Amino acid sequence: MTHAENLPAWASLLTAFLVLLGSGLTLLGAIGTLRFRRFFERVHAPTLGTSWGTGAIALASIVCFSALGSRPVVHELLIGVFMIVTTPVTLMLLARAALYRDRTEGNREAPPRSLLRRTHGG
Amino acid sequence: MTAAILLWSVTAAQAMLVAAMGCYAYRVIRGPRAQDRVLCLDAMYVTAMLLVLTIGIRSGSAIYFEAALIIAVLGFVSSIALAKFLMRGEVIE
Amino acid sequence: MNRLLPYPLLTAALLLMWLLLTSFSTGQFLVGTAVAIGASRAMAALHPSKPRLRRWQLLPKLLGIVTLDILRSNIAVASIIIRGDRRDRVAGFVAIPLDLRDKTALAVLACIVTSTPGTAWVEYAPESGVLLLHVLDLADEAEWIAVIKNRYEALLMDIFE
Repeated sequence: MTHAENLPAWASLLTAFLVLLGSGLTLLGAIGTLRFRRFFERVHAPTLGTSWGTGAIALASIVCFSALGSRPVVHELLIGVFMIVTTPVTLMLLARAALYRDRTEGNREAPPRSLLRRTHGG
Repeated sequence: MTAAILLWSVTAAQAMLVAAMGCYAYRVIRGPRAQDRVLCLDAMYVTAMLLVLTIGIRSGSAIYFEAALIIAVLGFVSSIALAKFLMRGEVIE
Repeated sequence: MNRLLPYPLLTAALLLMWLLLTSFSTGQFLVGTAVAIGASRAMAALHPSKPRLRRWQLLPKLLGIVTLDILRSNIAVASIIIRGDRRDRVAGFVAIPLDLRDKTALAVLACIVTSTPGTAWVEYAPESGVLLLHVLDLADEAEWIAVIKNRYEALLMDIFE
């Protein structure tokens, strides 16, 4: 890690903080998938890693490489944009698949279709 | 001094990411249901991508960014395929 | 303009992505422009419904609100996980009647809801416009409906409809 000596102090401290924040959130999300008991609760846990977990580590990479070079390096933003756009697609498809499987098996915890009817005045 | 702090925090972050992948791997193996496995496999891809990004910070080489992008794209496509499979493939219609 | 560049925003985004992935130089700018124009004309051959941005100057406001909300709910969900699975926390489904009909706006709402930890998009019925969400910490159902409707839906309707 010889390049770290070339980093100014503020940049290395900021990078260290952001990397720890991102990986800590990702680890908490992973622990969440172990702790929650039902599938629809587990869906929420990995989004910790895909939102600010990814965001913080990508920011850390931007800070580190921008301080190393003379010009700002922002291509890590592409990873952030990519995660924001793709996570909903995966999770919506998975939620629909889970709902479909629960309903065909007659699981009583699955929400009934009647919830989707518009109630009066709503 | 600050270089040592950065080195140690990146090492700690990598350890945490590996632990996170371990948690997800447990869910992929133990289930209980197929949708839990697919959800955690997708999350494992994201965590692996983050691990590659931290390796990039540690080595100071920009080449790891491309590897991370490829992991993200492949993980997305495979998770979509598996989720579609769950909807049509396994349940007897 | 319309014949050569059917999707100016898409072309600009593709060119920016090309430059970010390679380098900011004149040569890459020319190649990237050619690729972006070709790709956006290929997109036009698919005839997607064209999204309209009525008031794009509100987009930074939306971005700011969403970034802060995601940060806040990150902290909320992290504290739920740290405290452990307690009995008094209720997770459940909420049905939200939406007035939003624009497809692009619904896609943006899906991105917001799914990227926010603690809320997950489950099902949407296009004929009635009712959206089914799963909420991790469902203390007050009416409050969640109010948050989605006042905070995001109103702003999205201002931008897209």
